[in-house]
Amino acid sequence: MNYTIGVDLGSTTTKAVVLGEDGTVMGRGITNSRSNYEVACQVAMGEALINTRFSLIRGRLDAAGVPAAQARQSVLTLERWFRAQQYRSQLFVLTRELQRFASKLLTGGPGLKPAVARITEQMEVEIPELFSEGTRRKSDFFRDLAGSRYMQLAEGEARATGVGFDQVVGLFDKAILDVENSAEAAGQFEEHVRAALVHAGDADGELGRAVTDIAALKLSQIGSVGTGYGRQRLPFPEGQIKSEILCHGLGAHAMFPDTRTVLDIGGQDTKAIQVDDQGIVTSFQMNDRCAAGCGRYLGYIADEMNLGLHELGPLACESKTPVRINSTCTVFAGAELRERLSLGEKREDILAGLHRAIILRAMSLIARSGGVSDQFTFTGGVAKNPAAVRALRALLRENYGDVHINISDDSIYTGALGAALFALREATRGHAVTTH
Amino acid sequence: MTIPTKSQKDDSQLRQKTMIARHFDRLAAAPETGEKNVYTFVPGNLTELLLSFDLLPVLPEINSLQSAMRGKTAEYISIAEKLGHSEDVCTYVKSDIGMMKSGNIGPTGQRLPNPDLLLLSYTGCFTFLKWFELLREEYHAPVAMLHVPYQPDGRITPAMRDYVVKQLKDDIIPALERISGRAYDEDKLREHLKLSAQAEDDLVWVLQSAKHKPSPIDAYFGAVYYVGPIFSAFRGTEGAVAYYQALRAEIAERIREGKGPVTPDGDIEKERFRVVVEGPPNWTSFRQFWKMFADEGAVAVASTYTKVGGVYDAGFRHDPSRPLESLAEYCLGCYTNLGLPTRIEMLAQYVRDYEADGFLINSVKSCNSFSAGQLHILREVEKRSGKPGGFIESDLVDPRYFSAANIKNRLESYFQMLEQKRLGGAA
Repeated sequence: MNYTIGVDLGSTTTKAVVLGEDGTVMGRGITNSRSNYEVACQVAMGEALINTRFSLIRGRLDAAGVPAAQARQSVLTLERWFRAQQYRSQLFVLTRELQRFASKLLTGGPGLKPAVARITEQMEVEIPELFSEGTRRKSDFFRDLAGSRYMQLAEGEARATGVGFDQVVGLFDKAILDVENSAEAAGQFEEHVRAALVHAGDADGELGRAVTDIAALKLSQIGSVGTGYGRQRLPFPEGQIKSEILCHGLGAHAMFPDTRTVLDIGGQDTKAIQVDDQGIVTSFQMNDRCAAGCGRYLGYIADEMNLGLHELGPLACESKTPVRINSTCTVFAGAELRERLSLGEKREDILAGLHRAIILRAMSLIARSGGVSDQFTFTGGVAKNPAAVRALRALLRENYGDVHINISDDSIYTGALGAALFALREATRGHAVTTH
Repeated sequence: MTIPTKSQKDDSQLRQKTMIARHFDRLAAAPETGEKNVYTFVPGNLTELLLSFDLLPVLPEINSLQSAMRGKTAEYISIAEKLGHSEDVCTYVKSDIGMMKSGNIGPTGQRLPNPDLLLLSYTGCFTFLKWFELLREEYHAPVAMLHVPYQPDGRITPAMRDYVVKQLKDDIIPALERISGRAYDEDKLREHLKLSAQAEDDLVWVLQSAKHKPSPIDAYFGAVYYVGPIFSAFRGTEGAVAYYQALRAEIAERIREGKGPVTPDGDIEKERFRVVVEGPPNWTSFRQFWKMFADEGAVAVASTYTKVGGVYDAGFRHDPSRPLESLAEYCLGCYTNLGLPTRIEMLAQYVRDYEADGFLINSVKSCNSFSAGQLHILREVEKRSGKPGGFIESDLVDPRYFSAANIKNRLESYFQMLEQKRLGGAA
């Protein structure tokens, strides 16, 4: 199968989208961006290709006449066990690295290595439960998932054995980098899918045949385009690097063809983009000398409140009387928050005010870029936050009247989708094929 | 890009260097020679009049931008801020204050003399008033104020011109007579004005050469050097006339050879984008800023910054037959003295006349006279020209406000947008 791929290397996450030759989205992949951009890029691309193979398995089941509900369930189960295998593989590397760092530690004491071993053994034991049907996992990222459990177990070890909590945690902070910075830790599709098939059942039936076929299928890359803040570091030739403005414009147009204004709030920048009926950018504005009011601001707030980033929005939505906040300076965020808390304001009210402040800043960029034309599409990681969306809807209505607002569940992939579409256009003019 | 060859260190550049060096030598020697000097501003400068009294002009804005190019302004601005000047104050002013407090060492490393007169020709920049108030406090020098009425609707009325001429006669000339100890000599003034008009003709020819494809000049980054003599102390001199003749010949040669603009990193070999630029350049990272354009094959074909010292391409010339009237019209017509509708029309016309792919605004927050209304300008010029506008933000001479990664990111996005539009979505 021929495909093109777009990679959006953002300041927080790296996203990849795989397109079939007909422009259908075949797979998506996301990972934490890290100091090693090249690895982040490889991991996101690897994830998107894995996701592509699952789409292809699903397509094969549909073609074989397997009823849709059953096919869907089979692929979901298979993917869940696949993720469990992947987690196991990453945990293996983590365990090895933890022990390696523990050996090097001069101040470790005799109890440290056994304590760390007990933690990772316990994490290994918990894998089936963690990935069992119906279990809600807090994050799809290994760092978050393994990290939070490791911390809990480390606390237990520290209490029970007296080993230094900080030391145990410090080892994780070092070891996790090696897990994240190794594309091998995530493993290969074929190796994990076979193990997953054993758990998913039907190894000898349609699913088994589909898995065998698709695992053997050659995926040939016929084009790639990189975008995003780290785009200069992407392993693509110069001609295959496009500005994120163009990619977001085209991606939003592909998702919602009637889009004329796009707002993207990412980790460190906010973009207001106007596009024409072909998805061509006609005007844009970005924040420049200051990243106040970007996604990273919410990250700081989450840290200050000891909450997960995804928990902020729902909590803010509980607010009945939002606090009015003007400052969106990321550096001042903590002070602002503590001040408000000390005044007795409720957390949800403060959060609602902060979300509104972010959107107010975005409104100024939208105005600069030429205002709002129907339809309006909101993209980027912050579009997943319900409180930000609520504030945006209110402020758009206040300032521009009734505007049709599009928000896709896959909004975080908008830039990568645009990049993949550019790659597809380029590929149709004829380009070298790379096979995976 | 090719490595700059010796021939690219053009005759005109060497001439300019020599002119500047001689001028600063005279200023440095002024305490001994007894030559008098006048501090004044670029927009609305009355250089010919000063020269007719044998007075030496000193341009504090030019000193500030030169300090920035020499990497001195971070230190100067910090000195001014310690004295209480806020972060939002025009950084030309703060750099000048810092330079003054550090011994008033000018761009050539020589000490500048204290002003004998502060000639405040007010042409739309309110900061100029405050700037010279500060210098008056420091030097206890007399101030001569020329109030130039703002052009709200792009028209100079006889009343406006008469009002300026009256001030020239009643206030400015008597002040210059007092300082210089000489009587006003109109014939001498006419001689200088005649030389001005000659140099102005050649300057306009050079700026309009950018209508060629490829443009032989960069009319923003490159042109700041070209306007140097005429915007500073040399308008109305034989030196300036010779400079512009030499420059014109060099540009004519480039056109014949089909060459693009010279940059510090060599010639631009392929002109990919033709852009019009509004706003002053950033001086602390001038070369880096220029390279961001040159690397993309982007050439500025017209700019408004190169009109702050006079909008000659619209037809104005200093006129020896109407000396004071033409000086008044010159002051009234400076770019900083024009209202938004005129600036919008000018930019839209540049985009059309120079067949530009788009236009860019470099907005400087601390420069009120340029920046107020620039977003409105952006929208209107887009509407009138049908070409996309881009908006970047930096500063004049404060290195803290040049965020290279962000500016580069913005410019790249802008140029890719131009390309995408050109290809009609097939990019």
